[in-house]
Amino acid sequence: MVHLYKLNGYNIVLDVFSGSVHAVDEVAFDAISLYESHTPEEIKETLSEKYSVQGVTAEDLDEVLSDIAELKADGKLFTKDQYADKAFDFKNRHTEIKALCLHVAHTCNLNCTYCFAAQGKYHGERALMSFETGKRALDFLVENSGKRRNLEVDFFGGEPLMNFEVVKQLVAYARSIEDKCGKHFRFTLTTNGVLLDDEVTEFANRECHNVVLSLDGRKEVHDHLRKTINGKGSYDTIVPKFQKFVKARGDKGYYVRGTFTHNNTDFTNDILHMADLGFTELSMEPVVCAPGEEYALTEEDLPVLFEQYEILAKEMLRREREGRPITFYHYMLDLTGGPCIYKRISGCGSGTEYLAVTPWGELYPCHQFVGDPKYSMGNIWDGVTNTALQKEFKLCNAYARPDCKDCWAKLYCSGGCAANAYHATGSITGTYRYGCELFKKRIECAIMLKVAEALGDAQPEKA
Amino acid sequence: MKRIQTIKTRDLKESVKNGGCGECQTVANQQCEK
Repeated sequence: MVHLYKLNGYNIVLDVFSGSVHAVDEVAFDAISLYESHTPEEIKETLSEKYSVQGVTAEDLDEVLSDIAELKADGKLFTKDQYADKAFDFKNRHTEIKALCLHVAHTCNLNCTYCFAAQGKYHGERALMSFETGKRALDFLVENSGKRRNLEVDFFGGEPLMNFEVVKQLVAYARSIEDKCGKHFRFTLTTNGVLLDDEVTEFANRECHNVVLSLDGRKEVHDHLRKTINGKGSYDTIVPKFQKFVKARGDKGYYVRGTFTHNNTDFTNDILHMADLGFTELSMEPVVCAPGEEYALTEEDLPVLFEQYEILAKEMLRREREGRPITFYHYMLDLTGGPCIYKRISGCGSGTEYLAVTPWGELYPCHQFVGDPKYSMGNIWDGVTNTALQKEFKLCNAYARPDCKDCWAKLYCSGGCAANAYHATGSITGTYRYGCELFKKRIECAIMLKVAEALGDAQPEKA
Repeated sequence: MKRIQTIKTRDLKESVKNGGCGECQTVANQQCEK
């Protein structure tokens, strides 16, 4: 399967099952698009009619067809799918847990309108995780991680800094058992910033591999949906804290992550506002909510959003050339050192390699399923007891969804987010079509940026 | 300029043999470490 598209002056061909990417001219673009459905003679006849006025000769067309045949023989074009059989054997594969999302606080000091966690409480009681529960969760992770050395723990909520003392104790405990267990813990923290102070900053810079900072962009956009408990906007409170934090962060990982809604379909302006504030590692996600909400994205928004992703990609290319680059989470493709085919098929690992832990020690497939009793998988004392559900998640991959059968992007999205699919269709093996459309556009932009980089079009301009 | 320029990418077919270690972080943008 190949995917051909044109973007920002580039003609791009993606060979889906080898991962190969080709930048081609108009003649080759047309030849490749006709190659599997027409004979060489038919292609030459069609293209000589179209391009003869541009001086394209019969020899030129022979050369293009020869190049295409060579790439096909080399396994870089029109590669057949040879992974489907492996995907269907996933139910029998042995998986080990390598990451936990620790819900250290089911409470929050903000009252964001669109929050899937319903003001941090996940439709349940307000709660903080005790050190004893967190310690047991870390032991559970070590016990169930097999030979995996790198283990990840996300401090999540609600607002995890509302339980900062326990966060510190858990990190200290994890560090104390690393050598004995032969493990390395990577900690991440997702925060709204209200409680960021010098102590948290020093701790995060010492212990956290990555920190996700929630900011929606322009003040009026952010304050419209991210309010305090008293109904006031939170922008003025958190932005100076984020700026101070990022300045102290040095070269350590962070993301400023926003959510865009129907109210700011011009979200590129929010991303660029973040850049103007001095943030360079950026992420902006489409809101996922019930269709009836006033801020829900609509079908009419889609073409606007597609255009925004293109505007963002072009702006990033411009800034790259000017020597002041910004990073956008979804455009960070790594074509040469990215994930292997097993990872691309299996995706995020929710329910199998990655679990969420509630303040009470219950296990869920991921943070977005927490609070839904149908998706309770067990607890940190007895382990995963709902093995039938875990088997469902083992099979929830790029080949599990009929809708994905002919999709060129399935080895980039791995079949999409199970939680989004569940909330949109009632099944984890459904597809959240709106999310698919946005994902495909983002991948097209991301590949275009890599093509520009490979062709030397993203080099900083010389003074 | 060549009519077809192939960009250097990881060969997914090869990764059937050299992938699957599981040491990567918990989709398509991450460095595969091991």
